Amino acid sequence: MKVKGTVFKYGDNIDTDVIIPARYLNTSDPKELAKHCMEDIEPAFVEKVKPGDIIVANKNFGCGSSREHAPIAIKACGVSCVIASTFARIFYRNAINIGIPTLECEEASKNIEQGDELEVDFRTGIIHNLTKNQTYKVQPFPEFMQEIIKAGGLINYIKKNMTRV
Amino acid sequence: MGMTMTQKILAAHAGSELVKAGQLIQADLDLVVGNDITTPIAIKEFSKIGVDKVFDRGKVAIVPDHFAPNKDIKAAEQCKMIREFSREKEIKNYFEVGEMGIEHVLIPEKGLVVSGDVVIGADSHTCTYGALGAFATGVGSTDMAAGMATGKCWFKVPAALKFVLNGRPSEFVSGKDVILFIIGMIGVDGARYKSMEFVGEGLLHLSMDSRFTIANMAVEAGGKNGIFLVDEKTLEYVKSHSMKPCKVFEPDEDTVYDEIYEIDLSYIRPTVAFPHSPENAKPIDEVGDIQIDQAVIGSCTNGRMEDLRMAARILKGKRVGKDVRLIIIPGTQSIYLKALEEGLIRTFIQAGAVVSTPTCGPCLGGHMGVLAKGERAVSTTNRNFVGRMGHPESEVYLASPAVTAASAVTGRITDPEEISD
Repeated sequence: MKVKGTVFKYGDNIDTDVIIPARYLNTSDPKELAKHCMEDIEPAFVEKVKPGDIIVANKNFGCGSSREHAPIAIKACGVSCVIASTFARIFYRNAINIGIPTLECEEASKNIEQGDELEVDFRTGIIHNLTKNQTYKVQPFPEFMQEIIKAGGLINYIKKNMTRV
Repeated sequence: MGMTMTQKILAAHAGSELVKAGQLIQADLDLVVGNDITTPIAIKEFSKIGVDKVFDRGKVAIVPDHFAPNKDIKAAEQCKMIREFSREKEIKNYFEVGEMGIEHVLIPEKGLVVSGDVVIGADSHTCTYGALGAFATGVGSTDMAAGMATGKCWFKVPAALKFVLNGRPSEFVSGKDVILFIIGMIGVDGARYKSMEFVGEGLLHLSMDSRFTIANMAVEAGGKNGIFLVDEKTLEYVKSHSMKPCKVFEPDEDTVYDEIYEIDLSYIRPTVAFPHSPENAKPIDEVGDIQIDQAVIGSCTNGRMEDLRMAARILKGKRVGKDVRLIIIPGTQSIYLKALEEGLIRTFIQAGAVVSTPTCGPCLGGHMGVLAKGERAVSTTNRNFVGRMGHPESEVYLASPAVTAASAVTGRITDPEEISD
């Protein structure tokens, strides 16, 4: 599976309060949450982002709260994947659970810039920077996580394995 | 090779003799926790799994605390949803307004976690229960749903950082200063994916309330969990609050840690984390002149008796600054009542503070003390990212109850020693 889109580039420690401020957590509706994604760090994000676009950040992306609303908001904006040099653990776990690809790649996060066009191939783990004509290789997920991603998230994975038993 | 406390607990719950850092395991759960903003999504996901019941009605705890008592109509709908789910699934540990408290203060008080337990909670500060020598970690709503359905959760076994605490903290220094000092030292990702294991003779001088505070903020260093070595104090707390059998796991002698930090508690100063990160920590002596508009004492980090007693000690006979709003939030009904009995509430109100029913409220900019543009608060809460307590152009300084109370009196961030009698 491949995705292609324009990059929105951020720095270190992008926390869950800027991804989706807590004042919007009185709803779990993805469409509502999408309207406020990245609001306190880039109010124009929701206007500019198009389906397929890609968020790229430096270290510790998604730090802070366990709110699943954060990857939900990102996914509901149409973002096709998130690339960072490192992720905070709860965000990473949540993103995989809800089926939004998160790729850890230091080289990618160092070299990719705002506005670059990327193509990402999840099967091969190759990120192709079309603007800079560079490629970066991502570590493959552990097999167990690949099963969750293949199943389309944790709930589907559980259903699949429950019926088998 | 030896195992850490965390690894031993996980091994025991995964049916293994031995686990190693990096290994993926599936563990049996002793408790699954959720609140009013995370449980609604968990309920939706749970319904997709297709099971009728939760795995064990006695091992799920649902606490409306973030936007409860209902902050607005949408929050009311979320609280209604979790109430109805709890009723339908006959959840034994659903705590309605009147009995509820801030979840991570309430749940140990209700004896729902004991030493040796494995707990997941759909709230990042679930790591608080590590103070009891349990493995407790924050997860998202989908993991909560999966946990409620199956009674299991997958984990990657963490490596550990060891913190050897020695010495005795000085008079106005408590758990909050210790953990802010540590996060300032290692950074918001210094413990990423790792356990933070706390040992040492300094534990003798840290109350359970201080230990809850320290474990609570393990997540702010990126930690998977924080955990304290179990000692007499722990066992006394556990046995006086719970009927559940507990198990003590001690680290092996030959355990290898990623890092070992030796910390002399007597050297730690009252510490303040500046906007906009918990790692932006400075000792009180380097704070300078920071004028404040609001002070908050409460939250799952510092809403316990020791915190309120310290605040009352500082505030007794004094007045909150004319231009300062001091908001004090006991963590549970029981704590509120005890504070009332001890005369603390009287002290607070006479000083010009306001006292709220238990709620997370202002900690996440929800209600009960949201900040306007340009306002500044000093707070005993746990995060100060941009927009955390309200307007994106407001500021939050994190500190202990002692510093927060002292600052409320002077109107600027203050060393408690400066105004104590």
